[in-house]
Amino acid sequence: MLNMIKRFLEMLFPWKNNTDSRNRAKSRLKLIIAHDRASINSDMLKAMREEILDVVARYVEVDREEMEFSLSNDQRMTSLTANLPIRQVKRLSELKENLTENSAFDLQDIEIVETERGPEEANA
Amino acid sequence: MSRIIVVTSGKGGVGKTTTTSNLGAALAKHNRSVALVDADFGLRNLDLLLGLEERVVYTAIDVLAGECRLAQALVKDKRIKGLVLLPAAQNRNKESVQPEQMKKIATALAKGYDYILIDCPAGIELGFRNAISAAEEALIVTTPEVAAVRDADRVIGLLEAEGVNKISLIVNRVKPLMVEENKMMSVEDVLELLGVPLIGVVPDDEKVIVATNRGEPLVLGEYESVPAQAYSNIARRLEGEKVPFLDLMANQGNIFSRLRRMFGG
Ligand SMILES: Nc1ncnc2c1ncn2[C@@H]1O[C@H](COP(=O)(O)OP(=O)(O)O)[C@@H](O)[C@H]1O
Ligand SMILES: [Mg+2]
Repeated sequence: MLNMIKRFLEMLFPWKNNTDSRNRAKSRLKLIIAHDRASINSDMLKAMREEILDVVARYVEVDREEMEFSLSNDQRMTSLTANLPIRQVKRLSELKENLTENSAFDLQDIEIVETERGPEEANA
Repeated sequence: MSRIIVVTSGKGGVGKTTTTSNLGAALAKHNRSVALVDADFGLRNLDLLLGLEERVVYTAIDVLAGECRLAQALVKDKRIKGLVLLPAAQNRNKESVQPEQMKKIATALAKGYDYILIDCPAGIELGFRNAISAAEEALIVTTPEVAAVRDADRVIGLLEAEGVNKISLIVNRVKPLMVEENKMMSVEDVLELLGVPLIGVVPDDEKVIVATNRGEPLVLGEYESVPAQAYSNIARRLEGEKVPFLDLMANQGNIFSRLRRMFGG
């Protein structure tokens, strides 16, 4: 009987007793899904990182120790963020040599953002 | 142009087979020709949900082995024009089918039917790869539960990697009262997490189980019911119609929730 009254009260005032499992589920899932999406292809990420570095290294000298590679999610868009501190921009003549070797790459398609370290070291 | 659609989920028991049978019947009701393909080799049950189990003679395996023609293996549903089933083998080694073979079958069916609906097995192994091999579109079935949503997200990622980009979501077994009491995730919650467009919401309803017992898709039953309406709405949305989503709360006669709403709780 006591139980019945308790259940009745719970049904009438659910917020009193409720642990809000709906929002628990949601916040847990947000974490799990972000992790799943990023970790599905950690091998691929590694391979991609090496390849991107090889391409960038044709044009500028990259600080391999300092660079950062990360995946993040927003809705179904997963984005790759690469932060590549540049030590030194290569000279044009050097570039041209590389380009003839590898004509598949169009210089204009590659945007190089220099970090603070870049110009300093280039001057030094 | 015919459409090849896989019904998949990752997790088992969330309602793929129920969805496939009801959607097939609903589309046939809309005068579409529909071939349902049971890709759950070894654990077939689409024939059971359709009530066609007694009439299965050949299966997809027999077709692949050249023991019968494709048309011979198709079981026609006598209750409704335009609906056929290609059964899966129950007792063969399920490893014996390869994605290329499934693709061949689905492509052949596409020549004669408007819709090819493929009922995918649980998991993401060979059976899954078989089922998605020919698919151009996917319907993801999930329930508002943690494990089902997580698996749905994995499967969406795998489908996108395979170039299946037309993906829509069906949220099954929704319990509006639990949602209202913050005990279950809402459809909006699930949508926000998965980020694919919604094509259907189906309530948790014992009529679904009763229909399964009878071997009669709900949409072919005599009586209108909310889940039957939900499935037939999905069929109409597949056909390109704009159909508003059902207000599941409207049908909930629970006195407590009504009282609470009265008090603004
Ligand atoms: N909307 C629903 N309401 C109630 N029961 C459901 C609903 N959808 C599915 N079920 C039940 O859930 C169980 C699993 O469904 P099924 O379609 O076989 O899942 P799957 O093919 O994904 O393994 C079945 O017993 C079915 O009757
Ligand atoms: Mg099934």
